[in-house]
Amino acid sequence: MITAERKPLDEILELVGDKKKILVAGCDTCVAICLTGGEKEAEILASELRIKAEQEGRAVEVEHTAAIRQCEWEYLDMIAEKIEQADVVLSMACGIGIQSLAEKFAPKLVMPAVNTNMLGMPQEHAVWLERCGACGECVIGETAGICPVVRCSKSLMNGPCGGSHDGKCEVTTPEKEDIDCAWALIWERLKAQGREELMFVNRPPKNWSKSSSGGPRKMVREEAKPV
Amino acid sequence: MTATEYKAGSNLEKILSEGKFAVTGECGPPKGADVTVIEEKAKLLKGYVDAVNITDNQTAVVRVCSMASGYTAQQNGVEAIMQMTCRDRNRLAMQADILGAATLGIKNILCLTGDHMSFGNHPEAKGVHDLDAINLIQMYKDMRDEKKFQCGEEMTVAPPLYIGCAENPFADPFELRALRLKKKIEAGADFVQTQCIFNVPKFKKWMEEVRALGLHKEIKILAGITPMKGVGGARYMQKFVPGIDVPQDIVDRMAVPEKGAPQQAEGKKIAVEMIKEFTEIEGVAGVHIMAIEWEIAVPEIVEAAGLMPRPAVA
Amino acid sequence: MAVPEAAEAAAPKKFVDPDFEPEIIVFACHYCAYAAADLAGSMRLQYPTNIRMIKLPCTGKLEVIHLLRAIEAGADGVYAAGCMEGECHYLKGNLWARKRVDHVKDLLAELGIEPERVEMFNMSSAMGAKFAEVATEFTELIKQLGPNPVKREGVSPHAAAREALGGVAMPDQAESSVAVTVEEGHAE
Repeated sequence: MITAERKPLDEILELVGDKKKILVAGCDTCVAICLTGGEKEAEILASELRIKAEQEGRAVEVEHTAAIRQCEWEYLDMIAEKIEQADVVLSMACGIGIQSLAEKFAPKLVMPAVNTNMLGMPQEHAVWLERCGACGECVIGETAGICPVVRCSKSLMNGPCGGSHDGKCEVTTPEKEDIDCAWALIWERLKAQGREELMFVNRPPKNWSKSSSGGPRKMVREEAKPV
Repeated sequence: MTATEYKAGSNLEKILSEGKFAVTGECGPPKGADVTVIEEKAKLLKGYVDAVNITDNQTAVVRVCSMASGYTAQQNGVEAIMQMTCRDRNRLAMQADILGAATLGIKNILCLTGDHMSFGNHPEAKGVHDLDAINLIQMYKDMRDEKKFQCGEEMTVAPPLYIGCAENPFADPFELRALRLKKKIEAGADFVQTQCIFNVPKFKKWMEEVRALGLHKEIKILAGITPMKGVGGARYMQKFVPGIDVPQDIVDRMAVPEKGAPQQAEGKKIAVEMIKEFTEIEGVAGVHIMAIEWEIAVPEIVEAAGLMPRPAVA
Repeated sequence: MAVPEAAEAAAPKKFVDPDFEPEIIVFACHYCAYAAADLAGSMRLQYPTNIRMIKLPCTGKLEVIHLLRAIEAGADGVYAAGCMEGECHYLKGNLWARKRVDHVKDLLAELGIEPERVEMFNMSSAMGAKFAEVATEFTELIKQLGPNPVKREGVSPHAAAREALGGVAMPDQAESSVAVTVEEGHAE
């Protein structure tokens, strides 16, 4: 699912500025599951903002709420009144939800309280790993179910590169943790599947025009569009 | 071979085609708009190497680009091997640049993936990686042999190119490394320079696998070495540089009690010994000496290894 | 015997057995198309026995899967017959049906099966002649296309279509002019 991390408090305070009536709006789908922006977390942030205001001797009214999903306007209807009443809405939804809220209630001031970071998978409780690059042309059928676009630091179609060592990527995370070399993983799994020959196919250059590089994308289901 | 049978007719290509043991060097351009640095390095290496690699933003640190520096090197008497990384340019720029290089008389091109941005001085940059090294090799080969751009459109004049790639016999998974070279050959690589070798037995093992696949007959292999200036450098490479295997006995040899000249002398000695070993390995067509920021040591090493004078080709 | 060509002349000539009798499933809405069928019957208008009808309250209840399951079970042709556009008893049901028929045509095209095998027709309850005409012409078209490539022994397209519809299908009636009991329905 989509994962996000809460922005540092200073940044949030700067975004809110001197607004008096603040609504912290959580979302109870993806960001709730990754424990960042659900109703619980919205309530926590609201409390923090009130504490901060108290410390600085400022008068603010901070309320919290949550929508089942901020990315769907029907669900935002249910919290519309609270949104209308606020000077600024601090959305804890992912970038999609925040923009959906901002669009529906434009020109209401809507600020992001989180940094949306990835399409991630919970590997174990409370740990998420990036898995999908939303590239628009999935190749994982040929790479043993492992995405070379986003799990390889260089998006190689013909990996691994010369920096792969002990099954690890030459790059480490910002926290200086090892990253598995995606192509080493692909090789191991292809072997387990008895499909080693796929490792030696010369794959052509990727068609990046299907990804966001080609411009913002749109999808339509003609057969489901209302008549 | 007549001129028409060469792919590019570069000095490097001719020497390798004649089966003579080739010597290539490496040069890092400066971190500023200073043409004199390359001029001087070229003059140092002139006559001692058959061609010199001009690195391109090596380890993701910005320097004068490889094409311009390569041109300068050639103006100063040393043939250039230009480098192109997938990290910094998309397929449009890569094609445009190689056409530009060809118009400037550059014939050798080394196709590389490129070290990740996080290693360099601009870690916030967006890595391009539109293509990977294998796509790049294939693209340049098609430009040269099919006279076509990557999109399939025909071009007016094909660039004469001698296409190289890099390979790391010590990277993982080890079982894949000879087969990866095969992929690069299939994509169109004419020559390969290996990552610097310190573990000669492991390199020999790799060469065995390469020979078993007959690859040494399909591509010219240049074994890479980096002469060490001091034990500090040896330890650093052992611990911190990905994909380089420095055996402990080499580090120990470098730990000569006195720093400076004595350690340097040991470093040169080790380099010369390794080059002599390389000349004995079946399938090794030459040596690639990466004496970055120590270009001054190269003439001495090449002499001591018995590789002077360099062959003159038509 | 002369080999009939497919309606879209792009397909290569293929041999079609002149004795081929297609099996065609018709999803007819209670308010218009099924009534038109009844009328055709009482007018003694001839139409091919190849068509097997299934009555629904409204073609709007047809899902993509219902149409596709009929094809999967080997129906040589399938069509939805609903009210005239703008006159659907449930307002827009027939418009939804047309969208879904169009989507099934796309699915058939990607399967390499002729999209013409699935169709939508509109008629009012007074158009007995139209009902017979459509049935006749569609049957002729399917005869020319030949059997459904996935047709096989022991599988009844009609039974499969009824099963897919489940409770949406209304009971079969004898082909007579007996007045139909109006079923309680609900607007779209």
